[in-house]
Amino acid sequence: MSMNNQGRPTHISGGIQNSDSAVPQTVTGNRGLQIEEPLIFEQDSAGRCGVDLPEVPAVGSRLGAVKPRGRIGLPGLAEPQVVRHYTRLSQKNYAIDSGLYPLGSCTMKHNPRLNEKMARLPGFADVHPLQPESTVQGALELMAELGRWLATLTGMAAVTLAPAAGAHGEMCGIMAIRSAHDAKGDKGRTRILVPESAHGTNPATAAACGYTVEAIPATEDGRVDLEALKAKLGPDVAGLMLTNPNTCGLFERDIITIAEAVHAAGAYFYCDGANFNAIVGRVRPADLGIDVMHINLHKTFSTPHGGGGPGSGPVVFAESLAPFVPVPYVVQDKDGAFRLVEQAGDGPAFGRMKAFHGQMGMFVRALAYMMSHGADGLRQVANDAVLNANYLLARLQDVMTPSFDGPCMHECLFDDRFLKGTGVTTLDIAKALIDEGFHPMTMYFPLVVHGALLIEPTETESKASLDQFVTALRALAERAKSGDVAYFQGAPRLTPRRRLDETAAARKPVLRWSPAVEPETVAAE
Amino acid sequence: MRYLPLTEADRRSMLEAIDVPSVDELFRDVPEAARLSGPIKGLSNHMGELEVDRALSAMAGKNLPAGSVPSFLGAGAYRHHIPATVDHLVQRGEFLTAYTPYQPEVSQGTLQVLFEFQTQVSLLTGMDVANASMYDGATACAEAVMMANRVTRRKKAVLSGGLHPHYRDTTTTDARFIGFETVVMPPAPAGGEDLLAEVDGDTSCVVVQNPDVFGHVRDYTELGKACQAKGALLIVVVTEAVSLGLLTPPGEMGADIVAAEGQSLGNALNFGGPYVGLFAVKEKLVRQMPGRLCGQTVDADGRRGFVLTLSTREQHIRREKATSNICTNSGLCALAFSIHLSLLGEEGFTRLAEINHAKAVQLADKLAAVTGVEIVNGSFFNEFTVKLPKPAAEVVEALARRGILGGVPASRLFGGGLDDLLIVAATETNTESDMDAFATALAEVL
Repeated sequence: MSMNNQGRPTHISGGIQNSDSAVPQTVTGNRGLQIEEPLIFEQDSAGRCGVDLPEVPAVGSRLGAVKPRGRIGLPGLAEPQVVRHYTRLSQKNYAIDSGLYPLGSCTMKHNPRLNEKMARLPGFADVHPLQPESTVQGALELMAELGRWLATLTGMAAVTLAPAAGAHGEMCGIMAIRSAHDAKGDKGRTRILVPESAHGTNPATAAACGYTVEAIPATEDGRVDLEALKAKLGPDVAGLMLTNPNTCGLFERDIITIAEAVHAAGAYFYCDGANFNAIVGRVRPADLGIDVMHINLHKTFSTPHGGGGPGSGPVVFAESLAPFVPVPYVVQDKDGAFRLVEQAGDGPAFGRMKAFHGQMGMFVRALAYMMSHGADGLRQVANDAVLNANYLLARLQDVMTPSFDGPCMHECLFDDRFLKGTGVTTLDIAKALIDEGFHPMTMYFPLVVHGALLIEPTETESKASLDQFVTALRALAERAKSGDVAYFQGAPRLTPRRRLDETAAARKPVLRWSPAVEPETVAAE
Repeated sequence: MRYLPLTEADRRSMLEAIDVPSVDELFRDVPEAARLSGPIKGLSNHMGELEVDRALSAMAGKNLPAGSVPSFLGAGAYRHHIPATVDHLVQRGEFLTAYTPYQPEVSQGTLQVLFEFQTQVSLLTGMDVANASMYDGATACAEAVMMANRVTRRKKAVLSGGLHPHYRDTTTTDARFIGFETVVMPPAPAGGEDLLAEVDGDTSCVVVQNPDVFGHVRDYTELGKACQAKGALLIVVVTEAVSLGLLTPPGEMGADIVAAEGQSLGNALNFGGPYVGLFAVKEKLVRQMPGRLCGQTVDADGRRGFVLTLSTREQHIRREKATSNICTNSGLCALAFSIHLSLLGEEGFTRLAEINHAKAVQLADKLAAVTGVEIVNGSFFNEFTVKLPKPAAEVVEALARRGILGGVPASRLFGGGLDDLLIVAATETNTESDMDAFATALAEVL
């Protein structure tokens, strides 16, 4: 092939059209940079290995009665093949590094690489959890310092860093509430109140901990119905689990009154702090009367979501519940040395929630982020997150239907009234947005409105990227209203895969590769 | 602030578009009494990259990295060599900074990885199906017991004394609050416990660990059969995933559920987390399994693709009726596990396991030669227990002063008792000279 043409198209096609007929069929099934990548099990060549390992020393076996296993069935690949496999797979992902990721309540903000670098320092990454305390003073200091930041930002009295994720933190909070009632000998509290607008994990957590869950309806303006709440409070209520700012993207105006009512009934007030990023540095949860709250470090303090995890869900406790923190936790002796308390002992502190001491790698990232922003910068984080969301609300409210009157906090909520009679659904809008190069917003959540579209831009988006998103979304809203249903139903067209059959996946689950079921590809027509 | 793209001019024009005079106006729903007028006191203001790097590096510098000295620590967290390729690929932004694959059309990378991970875990454990990971091994163990309670509609779990105490405590914490009973067998460092004697008509499951926390490896085939006869499930816990390259897999011993820690592949020690919980079951239990699952399907053009599936079990659909409250998984750690295992392949993984075992055999022989040291185990994989003439915690401190991380005192895990027992691990990272240095130092401090 002539070198002269490199970097230039050999055929002038007159522009790419959004129809399959314009896309040439290739021999390989690849489309330019979009490579069809087989499963790793379909690339097997027995005997290949991507790691050089020495010979096994001939020292005999001490396996006792256990027989060495036979063939496992793993594929064999050399290092370059593995690199190519995962690189190609990565290219089929949307990520915050590639563009706006406005998933409401998920908080997809920029992930600074400094945090990654810090978490990989051998002094943090290559430290065993059971090394003598004298050899991990820096790690314990980091945990203490992170705890201090969290306690100060929330105004709370005690912190546990143990929970592995937000939902795990919820579990921890509810266990502390149960412990506190038990300590008072108050055994008759069997109900937990959970507003309709709560994250799905809230009722699941309360139920898993053996409580009966009772829903509190939302008012016309998207907040907890205070009168309905008061009517449900009684001597059998253990606590309230409230999300604030709530999942409609709104601040619960009556929160102090709510806290007082909950406390007057002898119950505790759990706050789902998943949306703390909206108010960090501007409001201290302790000042709102909250007894216990989890914080998603990966959301508020930006650790990468990594395709769904790992997370980290520290929990902060007001004085009322401070004695009930689980083990382990860090204490500092008079001589300045840090110590880990690893056993619950006979006190009110309850037991362990996971192995070892929490998600250390996440602690480093979160503290690096906190120190980078500082107290002043974190306040600006909340300001910009809220400003960006309200800007989207303002720019879209004439073509889409906001569910509630503004202002919103860090996310803005629309419902599907603007699509009424068009034949286009919330899902269709989301899929069409993918062809425009955006990850869609959160859809059909919260459940309190019909056909929800929950948009969270976060503070790390520029005005230019918001404007581009607004332009795309306005165009789609208008296209839907013009009756171009077919356009939406075919979307997305430009992705590595078109709409996937989720019903088929659930009806007859294929959850692993095995030679018998591979490959189930049906040739394109 | 380098992470915030808005300029003052942007902010002004945006406030104008919103039609409010200031950003404070957007916080007007916050009760007056709780509004803060300025930055919270007691915390530093923003710092540049260099300053943060300096401060955190100073903290890291106060720790002794396990790789900088001869290290023989195990007990649920193992130091293995991680090929450079693993961390390089994990740090690709498209993996690192993606979210839960809710939009499968633009998440096929993550989804295919999870499908491959599920397959790898199934193969390793000898089970039919695995999920797309849990928080860690201990929470996976607790979830396995809760699952057994659901499946059998029985409320008692029997936990072996050889189960890692952190796994035991995680499970008993849940038992206390969620409302099921646990029978915890006393630790039996020299082996020998009659788990079956505790199994009755209320028993949902028996939980054993292989190799157990003291390092013993056992064949649980007979126990599995006996459990089955009594209507209880056998849960096998594995804290050292590399052992699955050499030992009879739990599935072949009759395990109904396997709960394991996957840190050993691709994931650094990280002072205890984040790690990756492995969870695998027999086919019949799939719909009762907690956590995330990826399934194969086809797209609108009939091409193979992957989606999250069976989510009707999950909290966002079933709310208070959900199988568990779990929301996230350990996606990125699962990716690291998967890449490392792909690099190793059949031959590499098997050989890695054999090397680990051989290293431990060498170490056991060297330590057994030290006066006063007694090897407790008759069998082991890459970890075993030694009996010392002095409290192990003191010995470990003395060794640390000599620059050797010489194992985990059993008393630290068990919260006292078993004072003379030290749990020692060897992996492919330990050289002969490491082992000699350990044996020499041990002889000196005893």
